[in-house]
Amino acid sequence: MDSYLLYVITMVLLLLSFFKDREKTRIAIKKGWKAFENILPEFLVVILFVGAVLAVLDPQTISKLIGEDSGLTGVVSAALVGSVTLIPGFIAFPTAALLLRAGAGYMQIGAFISALMMVGVVTMPVEIKYFGKKMTILRNMMAFIFSFVVAFVIKKVMG
Amino acid sequence: MKKYLWVFLTLICIGILTVLNFPVGSKALSITFHSFIEMLFIIPPVFILLGLLDVWVPRERMVKYMGNGSGLKGVLLSLFIGSAAAGPLYAAFPVSAVLMRKGTSFFNVMVFIGAWSTTKIPMILFEIESLGAAFAITRLLIDIPGIIIIAFLLSKICSKEEIKDIYEGAEKD
Repeated sequence: MDSYLLYVITMVLLLLSFFKDREKTRIAIKKGWKAFENILPEFLVVILFVGAVLAVLDPQTISKLIGEDSGLTGVVSAALVGSVTLIPGFIAFPTAALLLRAGAGYMQIGAFISALMMVGVVTMPVEIKYFGKKMTILRNMMAFIFSFVVAFVIKKVMG
Repeated sequence: MKKYLWVFLTLICIGILTVLNFPVGSKALSITFHSFIEMLFIIPPVFILLGLLDVWVPRERMVKYMGNGSGLKGVLLSLFIGSAAAGPLYAAFPVSAVLMRKGTSFFNVMVFIGAWSTTKIPMILFEIESLGAAFAITRLLIDIPGIIIIAFLLSKICSKEEIKDIYEGAEKD
């Protein structure tokens, strides 16, 4: 749904740009294409990895890892699973809702969702290309630790 | 072609996996195919916007709004741009390279990445629908200070030289 909106906005801006200055618009598209081509190999590696990881970690396996009474181990597993997977939100949230119904705790789900969104182990090749190894590892580590803070607060609020 | 070495190696690994364990291997390939289609659908507008941003927004204006010394205005703008985005986190990195090229401060770039990763507006609406408003809003309220703290720590831990190197890398493409 939001991607249609993105297309509409992009089209409007592109047309506006085209009417104002054709040459500049041509350069803009060329620059966008160059940036895309530049990062395409890393993108492809990422989606291949994601395919392999998600083939192994299906919802059943995930629910076993972070199911009821999994306690602190479950929170850690939830954050780890979230870190290595890259699931689009429109699949992740319903999956999380299913896991909750299947008996996963709020704390585990909080850690899972937070790590899923902020930590990206499989996207590291892309991140390293722009930010270098040190910054990438630091950012992901901090986001990983932060997902425990989120888990704790979610548990306090949701009970 | 050398650029695609890792792509081929990963493909070969998944190929071997498919031979050894057909169900898992074929599932991996079908998920990859779906993400590939998703990428082709979401990515083009992100890169066109990135090109337009690069061509139309003058560096001075970007420095003024998001550069060093842009203060609260810069932080809010970075939060907003990141949250209004669509697409997976890996698409945020090329965009942040353009932001750096235009003189956005490192702290604000990190706020932007944090916002893109976790406070995207369309996603929050979806989260409320699936997990309830209490869950989504609690997460949002803790995420915003979290993003800012992480951005602050990252910009403090890394030396000026390291940040300079990252900015020089962003100039290249």
